[in-house]
Amino acid sequence: MGVEQKVLGNRLVSPTTVRRSSRLITPHLDWVTVLLYFLLVALGWMNIYAAVYSPDNVINIFSMDINSGKQLAWIGASFLLIIVLLVVDHKVYEHLAYPIYGFIILLLLVTLVVAKPIAGSRSWLDLGAGIRLQPAELAKFATALAASRFLSTINLRQQNFKDQMILAAITLVPPLIIILQNETGSALVFAAFVLAYFREGMSPLILIIGGSAAAVFILTLLVPKLYLIAGITILMALATWLDYRLLRRFKVIIALWGVVVAMIFSVDFFVNDVLQPHQQNRIKALINPEADPLGFGWNVTQSKIAIGSGGLWGKGFLEGTQTKFDFVPEQSTDFIFCTIGEEHGWIGSTILIGLFLLLLTRIVNIAERQKSVFGRTYGYCVASIIFFHFLVNVGMTIGLAPVVGIPLPFFSYGGSSLWSFTILLFILLAIDANRAKELAR
Amino acid sequence: MKYLENRKYVIKGIYLLVGIVFALRLFYIQVIDRSYKQAAETNAIKAIVQYPFRGLIYDRKGQLLVQNTPVYDLMVIPKDVKDLDTLRLSQLVKLPLEDVRERLKKARAFSYVQPSPFYQKLSTREFAYIQDNLIDFPGFYINARTARGYPHQSLAHALGYIAEISPKQLDDSTYRGYRPGDYIGKSGIELEYEQYLMGQRGVKYKMVNVRGVEKGSFRDGTYDTLAVAGENLISTIDLDLQAYGEYLMNGAKGSVVAIEPATGEVLAYVSSPFYDPNLFTGKEYGKNYMALLNEPNKTMFNRPIMASSNPPGSIFKLAQALIALQEGVITPNTGYPCNQSLVKCSHAHQAPTNLEVAIKTSCNPYFYQVFRATINQGKSKNTFKDTAIGLADWREQITTFGFGTKLGIDLPNEKSGIIASPTMYNKIYGENRWKFSTIYSLSIGQGELGVTPLQMANFMAIMANRGYYVAPHVIRSIGENGKPLPQYQKRHYTSIDAKHFKPVVDGMAAVVESGTGRNASLAKLGIAVCGKTGTAQNPQGKDHAVFVAFAPKDNPKIAIAVYVENAGFGAQSAAPIAGLMIEKYLTDSVSRKPMEQWVLSRKYLEID
Repeated sequence: MGVEQKVLGNRLVSPTTVRRSSRLITPHLDWVTVLLYFLLVALGWMNIYAAVYSPDNVINIFSMDINSGKQLAWIGASFLLIIVLLVVDHKVYEHLAYPIYGFIILLLLVTLVVAKPIAGSRSWLDLGAGIRLQPAELAKFATALAASRFLSTINLRQQNFKDQMILAAITLVPPLIIILQNETGSALVFAAFVLAYFREGMSPLILIIGGSAAAVFILTLLVPKLYLIAGITILMALATWLDYRLLRRFKVIIALWGVVVAMIFSVDFFVNDVLQPHQQNRIKALINPEADPLGFGWNVTQSKIAIGSGGLWGKGFLEGTQTKFDFVPEQSTDFIFCTIGEEHGWIGSTILIGLFLLLLTRIVNIAERQKSVFGRTYGYCVASIIFFHFLVNVGMTIGLAPVVGIPLPFFSYGGSSLWSFTILLFILLAIDANRAKELAR
Repeated sequence: MKYLENRKYVIKGIYLLVGIVFALRLFYIQVIDRSYKQAAETNAIKAIVQYPFRGLIYDRKGQLLVQNTPVYDLMVIPKDVKDLDTLRLSQLVKLPLEDVRERLKKARAFSYVQPSPFYQKLSTREFAYIQDNLIDFPGFYINARTARGYPHQSLAHALGYIAEISPKQLDDSTYRGYRPGDYIGKSGIELEYEQYLMGQRGVKYKMVNVRGVEKGSFRDGTYDTLAVAGENLISTIDLDLQAYGEYLMNGAKGSVVAIEPATGEVLAYVSSPFYDPNLFTGKEYGKNYMALLNEPNKTMFNRPIMASSNPPGSIFKLAQALIALQEGVITPNTGYPCNQSLVKCSHAHQAPTNLEVAIKTSCNPYFYQVFRATINQGKSKNTFKDTAIGLADWREQITTFGFGTKLGIDLPNEKSGIIASPTMYNKIYGENRWKFSTIYSLSIGQGELGVTPLQMANFMAIMANRGYYVAPHVIRSIGENGKPLPQYQKRHYTSIDAKHFKPVVDGMAAVVESGTGRNASLAKLGIAVCGKTGTAQNPQGKDHAVFVAFAPKDNPKIAIAVYVENAGFGAQSAAPIAGLMIEKYLTDSVSRKPMEQWVLSRKYLEID
């Protein structure tokens, strides 16, 4: 399959075909995805205005003094970006995946050195003229490109240890630098790649073990330890009883039980001694935000109040009192979902969730129809990154996930974030459009 | 390869699962759980109380007793303070530099963005001076509000005062609706009529942001209510008479209570020593209050209703005579010898051949006999039991005069006084261990008796009305054309028939005409004053002087009780004061200047 693809690729690279094909790319674009993209961006822009809206000082939605005006500028710039992304030969992304990745790693390191700390994080690069760039955002698409390129050259299922280590390195180097920049939230996003690798043949065990570990971790925080251990013991005993073949692996089961119990007891140590105080507080806020509603529980409590007060239909556009009067912090960026929850209620929130699910399944479908491993893997990377952002961002605003400062894709205020997701998505659409054009020929 | 492709279903399944979990969770917090909606309201909507004007109080002639005066507070919003010249500010408000810094620190600690008082209750002069200079002090401004003011210096004890509500009251459910910093009646009329005076508060709902800064009205003020001003009160007090009473009592300790007999309206309510009510309105409120509280003469002691442990003395003989007449154990013509072997008589006097003479001469042995006739009627053969029966019957009658009970005046902290009872003596001596010889001093108003000056004045109202009283009160109208409270609109009858009053009242007229009360006589003005002197024994020092009276004899307009502590016989101090008060009230002037001079000289305090 890989060989076939290469042949196809070589033919495309010839200059004459490039010129002819670029004129014809738009009919092959996946317009449903493009429409979803525009819808989310437009809704995001309106909600950003609602979030910064102040009734006693009404500023025009287009004003550059407020976030909505600035966001519109970013949106405009994104359109230019989209045109560039679609015009550029899609093969460039595959061929230049490593150089782009290298450049972004370099940019991350430079940022780490030269950036001035903003709220404790040294992740912003000042470009002058009041424009700041967060290279951590760009690292996502760069890593997705590099990982996809690498996967297209190896077979993950053959379990070549060296290749697996290289893939792990490609995936883990950017988040490690980002952690050093004190942007743990952005670094966590790279965990999303696991989903893409799973599709490409990674053992489901990793996914299951990872998911179980996360579940045990959260449960340990919420349920008394003894109950949890008793519950897991019963569950394992039940499984063994139901399937007597497991008895043959009795030692393995006992070992597994030991690992889980050890994990339960190490959670306290992890939370209290490994995590930094602000991270501890985010964990505590998740468990019991009411313990300190004005302190570490503030964000979560206020966010839930804002969303909860929305009711079924919401208070109406620009009528939200909680978001309008600044009770919810970071309301146009990380907590933008509060504005929808408060002003558009359960109906509005559910519609937005539906839009995201539509977009995600659409991207998965696009990924699946790619003929190249590179294209497919890249598609899954895009879906996974968007999904992880969606999961954690919405989850934290409704008290289901710890507060991790990552934006809601296409929705939250912020140029770096919008550009990052635009690039991610439209590279995929460019690749897909060219595939369709190839087929049409 | 096919089985790998199937993994897309796992991935889509995860997406769908997350979507469903989110939608369910949102449904729970948005639609099912109502608590978030309430939390949002308390978060963003602030109720701002609109304070109504507190009701004014007028005297019976329409003179202002209590008004609202503007006071000015210097406020500061720390956020807006810029380039502050602390030294100049300290010169402007005339406070030490240290104090100014301390106040600023306190304001900042309270809130950075919300106003807090920097310097409260500026006088009008200070206000004018500071206002002119305020332009150089951004972040400072003057807030005008109202405080109580008094265009006179009288009646402090009855008027009471208002002050900030105490933390204890705030916890009390009776005071629901009050907020910290609210002013509330603390004593006197201000306390008793709080619910009428305070008016109805209004509420404005404002939307506020996270820092408490106002962001406009909630739903365009649909739920706002307007404040309704408090009811004005019209007092029964005659301010001129009150001021004159205080003028006469100045320097002495005691009480003067004057009542309009027919209505129970209190005309004058003097508790001496007294203080200027204005002392409790200014900046120095706390200091003044503590100074008065700790003062040895007990200025804050509200004597007319709280001095309840003193026996009434000889004035009680009038009640003894009435009860004996009612019981039928004497007639107006009954005579007893002035037998000093039973009880001493203070002075030599004409023989008490009938009740009128006995009252005029205040003959102790006579009333000893009268009381014995009342108590020992031979209802039991056992003299102990007979005394107990007699005392119980007597007590039942004497309490219908309002003695030993609270009269129910519309002022707080009224005391009931003491009237001897069989239970009381049983406790002291044991049952059947006491008889008339044990309790005879009650006959002349001494012993186990305690009567407040208000009860004495009320007693005189009963005499004037020939048998009934209306509970004394200081407010005659709630609202400009209202009525007093219902309990002040009904008569309380004593156990004595009206016909028995004539001989006793005749005796009282004789007291003033030619007996011990001659200093209260207004015979020259053609006014017949009926009175009775008394001396309340005081184990701690010199006896207290008592004089009670009403006038005119027919169709009485004023009943009065004067109680002067440590002034000896009632004739020398209390009687002249009562006479002057009656004259002032009935004729609106005072003709007997020498008598006034005598009272003001306080020489009576030096007579032994």
